[in-house]
Amino acid sequence: MSDKILMKGNEAIAEAAIRAGCTHFFGYPITPQNELPAYMAEKLPEQGGVFLQAESEVAAINMVYGASAAGARVMTSSSSPGISLKAEGISYIAGAELPCVIVNMVRAGPGLGGIGPSQSDYFQATKGMAHGDFRLAVLAPDSVQEAVDLTRQAFDIADKYRNPVMILGDGVIGQMMEPVEFKEIDSPELPEKDWIVDGAEGRERNIIHSLRLKTEDLTEHNWKLARKYEQMQEDEVRYEEKLMDDAEVAIVAYGTTARVVKTAIKEARAEGIKVGLIRPISLFPFPKKVIKKAAQQVDCFLTVEMSTGQMVEDVRLAVNGERSVAFYGSPGGAVPSPAEILVKLKEVME
Amino acid sequence: MEELAGRPKSLTEQEFHYCPGCTHGIVHRLVAEVIDELDIQEQTIGIAPVGCAVLAYDYFDLDMLEAAHGRPPAVATGIKRVHPDKVVFTYQGDGDYASIGTAESVHAASRGERITTVFINNAIYGMTGGQMAPTTLEGQKATTAPRGRDTKEAGFPLQMSEMLATLEGAVYVARVSVDTPQRIKQAKEAIKKAFKVQLKGLGYALVEVLSTCPTNWGLSPQQALDWLEDNMIPYYPLGELKSVGEVE
Amino acid sequence: MAKVKFETDRCKGCKLCTNVCPQEIIIIEEEANIKGYYPAAVKETEDCIGCAFCALICPDVVIEVFKE
Repeated sequence: MSDKILMKGNEAIAEAAIRAGCTHFFGYPITPQNELPAYMAEKLPEQGGVFLQAESEVAAINMVYGASAAGARVMTSSSSPGISLKAEGISYIAGAELPCVIVNMVRAGPGLGGIGPSQSDYFQATKGMAHGDFRLAVLAPDSVQEAVDLTRQAFDIADKYRNPVMILGDGVIGQMMEPVEFKEIDSPELPEKDWIVDGAEGRERNIIHSLRLKTEDLTEHNWKLARKYEQMQEDEVRYEEKLMDDAEVAIVAYGTTARVVKTAIKEARAEGIKVGLIRPISLFPFPKKVIKKAAQQVDCFLTVEMSTGQMVEDVRLAVNGERSVAFYGSPGGAVPSPAEILVKLKEVME
Repeated sequence: MEELAGRPKSLTEQEFHYCPGCTHGIVHRLVAEVIDELDIQEQTIGIAPVGCAVLAYDYFDLDMLEAAHGRPPAVATGIKRVHPDKVVFTYQGDGDYASIGTAESVHAASRGERITTVFINNAIYGMTGGQMAPTTLEGQKATTAPRGRDTKEAGFPLQMSEMLATLEGAVYVARVSVDTPQRIKQAKEAIKKAFKVQLKGLGYALVEVLSTCPTNWGLSPQQALDWLEDNMIPYYPLGELKSVGEVE
Repeated sequence: MAKVKFETDRCKGCKLCTNVCPQEIIIIEEEANIKGYYPAAVKETEDCIGCAFCALICPDVVIEVFKE
């Protein structure tokens, strides 16, 4: 008998977080991620953990800051406008080098936008989250099972680097039901949390802060952060390649869009078009080496996103002018159809 | 010989950066004395605000954390929910507690979060150079109220203690002043009660401390104390606005 | 019998202690301290009654007070 159970993405992420040792969750309602906090509210107290609905996303992320500083594995979740509100706190968390996991079930923006699936927060997640020189590790699942697996990894990455990690999905990933399996995974060896604030009993006191008034201190600190992000480039790149062996065209897509692209590729292959997929799973660190390598093989690239074109900039940077990189976007809260993608693919190949 | 006054154990040796005559230093000492007397130095976590007291983490010899502007009550909530058996306090100024962080202040109090807040009300933004605060008095001059606070334009000074005392979750609310030796003693008693409330797990405890800012008020330290007495106390009356029997 | 001790180099010369001393024995030194402030000091220590008002109002924890 299979150990698989049918679960919604939002609930599966919550369950995976609890199994990863997440004991504290702080959040604020926003569509389309509401099942996640609701699941936490139901399950966390049963496990001796804490669920708390904060008065705002601003408060929620600062509760995360406190709980992380106190040594807990902690999560918050939200959707685009709520993530904008959390941005300040995320900058402080990164500056103070605290681990946490943030889930963003992206909805189309800007402003209040719409609640449909979107990938328009790519820039925010990977580059411009908030003020200061910092990055998040950003993981983008394309299935409920992958969301479960990445959630577990997200907590380990957060603890390993003492840095916030974002799970970037959308309403499709969050709301759809798929069979999932929660595999028992051994924890990697992680650094001891000897920096937490819990009352300094019998030890030197700890101070958690992001204020560094001396130029030399801040310079050193920012280079230290930069080295962590370089290390992530070395050790945390995740991607999937599909049918790339003989591909003459590569489609680059992530998350929900990549699912549709897989269908489009199947149809294109049936018509004899040699097309493959490169699917970034870690959006930061971005799998630039694999794209750079593909540029030596394929004639051109097509990037497909639910936005007006954000990740395509990273694809172009990786390709570095060696090949043309076309773009197809769906920015209004709708998933593009395989047929649309196929039309664009044929246009690109002409 | 018995020591009647000196440096409390819960303060580091670091000299305060505050301006001459600024009463932040008095309140720091009182908080540290209370922590010493309750013998909770090794179980207390303090949270520094943004504002003049941002470097409080250098002064309290405790596990300390610096939070974003106005967010200490939320950060304290996160810590307390992980370590309910530890003592968590926030130390915040009026910009932090009564302006940008009002939502966090109100809701931490409303939840009855088992934390203690020491709220310094000096009716001005000190660190940024004398701008109007939510607690700046009517007619009081500030760089952003050069003709004095006009309530028609800028509204009225916020009485945080009165407002929060209406909340079920706030079980101890007191307003004190540090302008005379007698009132400093009373301030310390109130701070001690606010920590005892937390130790007994009764709910949220707030002590608002009327303080001076000689530099940005443009007064000498003594004139500033006099100004506090003449102008602040009438609008911000002293005393316990709310208390519970079990603290005694 | 009481004794006061001023950690002169921590003093910022705010003079608040001079105003609360009931014995009026706290004076301001004529020589600046290491920080450049003119610090407070007690000259006639035998007149100190150990009320500790000076230490209470001192914002910089400059003053220690002892009593037999």
